[in-house]
Amino acid sequence: MDKISAWYGPKLAIQDISLDFEEHSVSGIIGPSGCGKSTLIRCLNRMHETIPKAKVEGQVLLDGQDIYDQPAVSVRRRIGMVFQKPNPFPTMSIYDNVAAGLRLNGVRERKKLDVAVLESLKQAALWDEVKDSLDKSGSSLSGGQQQRLCIARALAVRPEVLLMDEPCSALDPIATAKIEDLIFDLKKDYTLVIVTHNMQQAARVAETTAFMYLGKLIEVGRTRELFERPREALTESYITGRFG
Amino acid sequence: MKFLFDRDTRRRWFDVIMSGATLLCVALALLPLGSILFEALVRGAPALTPTFLTQSSLMGGIANAIQGTVILIGLTALVALPVGILTGIYLSEYGKHRLGGIVRLFVDVMTQTPSIVVGIFAYSFIFELSLLGFFPPPLVFSVISAVIALATIMIPIVARTSEEALRLVPTSAREAALALGIPRYRTILRVVLPSCASALVTGALLGIARVGGETAPLIMTAAWNNDFFNGLDQPIAALPTQVYRFAVGPSLAENRAAWGASLILVLLMLSISIASRAVIRLRAVRR
Repeated sequence: MDKISAWYGPKLAIQDISLDFEEHSVSGIIGPSGCGKSTLIRCLNRMHETIPKAKVEGQVLLDGQDIYDQPAVSVRRRIGMVFQKPNPFPTMSIYDNVAAGLRLNGVRERKKLDVAVLESLKQAALWDEVKDSLDKSGSSLSGGQQQRLCIARALAVRPEVLLMDEPCSALDPIATAKIEDLIFDLKKDYTLVIVTHNMQQAARVAETTAFMYLGKLIEVGRTRELFERPREALTESYITGRFG
Repeated sequence: MKFLFDRDTRRRWFDVIMSGATLLCVALALLPLGSILFEALVRGAPALTPTFLTQSSLMGGIANAIQGTVILIGLTALVALPVGILTGIYLSEYGKHRLGGIVRLFVDVMTQTPSIVVGIFAYSFIFELSLLGFFPPPLVFSVISAVIALATIMIPIVARTSEEALRLVPTSAREAALALGIPRYRTILRVVLPSCASALVTGALLGIARVGGETAPLIMTAAWNNDFFNGLDQPIAALPTQVYRFAVGPSLAENRAAWGASLILVLLMLSISIASRAVIRLRAVRR
């Protein structure tokens, strides 16, 4: 992404941020609450603009092409997203939740849907837990299962990139560990960008980490280096817990 | 003596008194409702004879009024539900700027317009149009003008309740769908609307109940008819207007018939409500 700035009405949320995300790797974004991490990640699949009066400037290049020159719906099919709170569709069954992205984009063949649902649930490490209750409501699952259901739902449309906005902040440590294992598996097939305010999590799963503060990118580097030898004083005081 | 007035005891008594007061208020609120049902049942039931239910008002029955009310409700719902729900969708999903605010204000004002005013409006609207030669004059008292009046009452009710219903659907559900690359209109149709289906039905029922009981605008538009439905351009009987005519009638038999017709009106509304809730529940189970 190149020189991205984003506003909410007149309020500037992130300023002039340029970042590269490597293919088939996990990029972490850390920073204190309100620093613009979520805004940044929402600019990457054009979700930012769904908020009234929100505005974005700059370029986001995917395979060399600016996503802001392409239709938003097709961008979002290539760049999937998982949100902070698990948000399965409440009126749909587990099967329908996973199939929703395909079905509501016009895929009707039952066989195709069956295959996609099976593969996505397996990829999201949820299949064994739900294979006998695919017709149950998505909201009947536990929080951690719901989040994996949301990941399966995002994977079902076969995106190239998967954005995760604090995917574990509403989950307990066991569910968090499961999601982190999953992130590790997923990077074989997908490019992942994960926002987190949990620094240990970034250290565990991300290959590169970017640190943001007050809407600006302070530092970016290999995760190990950033945590062990930060170049900026601000980064150091954040990761050593002096603020934030 | 001291323990009587310590803080915990006082609080406990306060709690008991307030709980009692709320119960009393509920009872007071239910009293008129209960007595209406009771009165309608006691006084109306004797009037319910086979002839009363199967004959037109020409023969002292209410069958034509029942038929008229069902037709009026049906046609009005046919017009008002799509318009009202679409307005609600606009207000909740798109109307976040000034135009939305203006529409919302108009809808609010329309909800509070006395129904007799709506009746006069529909009456003079059709009347003026027929003066201009758009309609033949007899259309002033017809099913068509009654439906115009009733739809004018029902649309804002349905619009407002659907807007509220749609707003209750969390943003996260919309975002989840949008993030899957689902277009906005399909997100609304397939994710947002199903999530609030039962609230939408409640709104539709509110509108139907309101319209089904309206009398004033019908006097000026549907007028009355002692016969069964005989054309959209003809006057039509309806239960509320029939109740009114029976009630102001001179004979005791007519007064009793007014109670009978009221009872049928109440039962009709009740069955519409129960039936549509059953439908919603069936759909939920199938999922």
